Amino acid sequence: MGEREELINKLRAMAKRMRRTALAMTLGAGPHGAHVGPSLSIIDICAVLYGGVMQIDPRNPLWTERDRFLLSKGHGALGLYTALAETGFFTREELNTFETPETLLSGQPAMCVERGIEISSGSLGLGLSIGIGVALAGKKAQRRYNTYVLMGDGECNEGAVWEAAMAAAHFKLDRLIAIIDANGLQSDGLCSTVMDMVSHEAKWRSFGWETRCVDGHDVSALLDAFTATRKTPNCPLVVIATTVKGRGVSFMENNNEWHHNRLSQAQYGAALQELAD
Amino acid sequence: MLPINASNARLWSMLGSRGTFGVAMLEAAGGAENIMVLTADLSVTSGLERFRGAHPDKFLNVGIAEQNMIGIAAGLAKEGYNTFVTTFSNFAAMRSYEQIRLHLGYMRLNVKVIGLAGGMAMGHFGNTHYGIEDMALMRAVPGLTVIAPADGAEIIKTVDALITHQGPVFVRLTGAMNNPIVYAEDYNFTIGKAVRLRQGTDVAIFACGTMVFESLVAARNLEAQGVSASVTNMHTLKPLDTDAIEEACSYAALLVTVEEHGVIGGLGGAVAECAARRGGAPRQLFIGLPDRFGKSGDYKYLLRKYGLTGEQIASNIMATLGSRTCNVPESRVMAE
Repeated sequence: MGEREELINKLRAMAKRMRRTALAMTLGAGPHGAHVGPSLSIIDICAVLYGGVMQIDPRNPLWTERDRFLLSKGHGALGLYTALAETGFFTREELNTFETPETLLSGQPAMCVERGIEISSGSLGLGLSIGIGVALAGKKAQRRYNTYVLMGDGECNEGAVWEAAMAAAHFKLDRLIAIIDANGLQSDGLCSTVMDMVSHEAKWRSFGWETRCVDGHDVSALLDAFTATRKTPNCPLVVIATTVKGRGVSFMENNNEWHHNRLSQAQYGAALQELAD
Repeated sequence: MLPINASNARLWSMLGSRGTFGVAMLEAAGGAENIMVLTADLSVTSGLERFRGAHPDKFLNVGIAEQNMIGIAAGLAKEGYNTFVTTFSNFAAMRSYEQIRLHLGYMRLNVKVIGLAGGMAMGHFGNTHYGIEDMALMRAVPGLTVIAPADGAEIIKTVDALITHQGPVFVRLTGAMNNPIVYAEDYNFTIGKAVRLRQGTDVAIFACGTMVFESLVAARNLEAQGVSASVTNMHTLKPLDTDAIEEACSYAALLVTVEEHGVIGGLGGAVAECAARRGGAPRQLFIGLPDRFGKSGDYKYLLRKYGLTGEQIASNIMATLGSRTCNVPESRVMAE
């Protein structure tokens, strides 16, 4: 088996474990429930970034050269937390504290850089601007780290996203990578019905970004999208990842009831069967 | 730091608060490597033209996008920069309120927001450009330090302190050009520590920003009428110097707060919250802007219209001493 194939298999297995862990955390949250659907849609993206792309070191979380991952769509918290657990920032036992009082792992992330949580998020549309500041600081110091900002497609309704989109291109931040988790659903239903943004690719390109459209569950394609040589120099990159909300659990897929919900023991059992090795 | 003396005080007065901020920033940034100054298309208005030319590597214009400015500042602060941002106080406090709440308050990132033209300094521009709720909003953000310097010298002192101060701060500049001078010689400025400028026994006046000077005028006026008033410069609204208020409660029969800000939630609110906890505190007279939007006018006209000149403040205090209530009498605010 070639090195690439090995990596792909590793990332697929990692994503599957992350999905199982995310479901266990949702079950553990009991009546609080969790944003399980929008987390399952980003898990392959997170697995590829944390398992195959980003330079990070859990033993040295403040390493100045580390790649930065900013989860702007804070309701994808389970995607972030499970990736951080996979890479050694949290133990499995610590994940059990999810949504318990005084936890480091609240329903929406609260900044704790020492444990890999780069920013607080939850209110949408704010992450990309912070990413610009982080990327600018890197550029000024001639550091080689990349700054990844993951947003939802519904999140892009927020005007602040477009202030940032404009500025990132203006400041030529070629080490800033935005990712759109384009699962086509937002809280009140289909994105196309709630607020049709027509074409993310056309919008981001017109704002001066290099765009790459990819199947957000195809680990190999994601890997290429993040690592392939850039076509356009001196501009930021956006990876528009088409995803399925609730991906991996048939009764959750494309079903907005699972935007935020609680999970019964029976549902958990059924979901795990679908995610067996 | 630039020396505080009569000659510099005159210069800073002439420049006004925004020009003085630019001078202070230029002076302070020279020796500080980790400084960044951001503006939302207001570099000239912020007095930053010379700074922009002298330190292009420390300056960033983000265009007319205040929310993005706070976000970028937060990202820079996260990576170790002591980041200053400037725009009009009302835009900073309101357009980007949530960014300030989350990035400065919740994440405690080291960003200094310099709010220009708080109060009614923008005169003829009208209410869109007045900062009359900014202190109330900023004071409500957990963990945010809020400072309202009294004059040019205190702006120099504030910026100098913020070069080494770690943590989020909102600075509210008031006044236009030719601001009155409070300080013409050096003094001890400490964030969170009020400055008693004048001793008194009957009335305790607390003021911030431009109203410090007017309150000193009022106190002299009161003295001529046989009323002894202390004047305290509450340059820091948060954290509040509660000792200064406690002390005033022990000697004064009337507390007076004077601010170029709405009477809801600003300095008056801060002092009242403290005094009320004490029990048996003196009455409080809230001098500030009434709870409504008025019409525009030139700055000096507006100060007079809303009873914010020294003479009017004194007469308001005299009237209150002779009455049982402390309401801002509508009759003392000129008719619309």
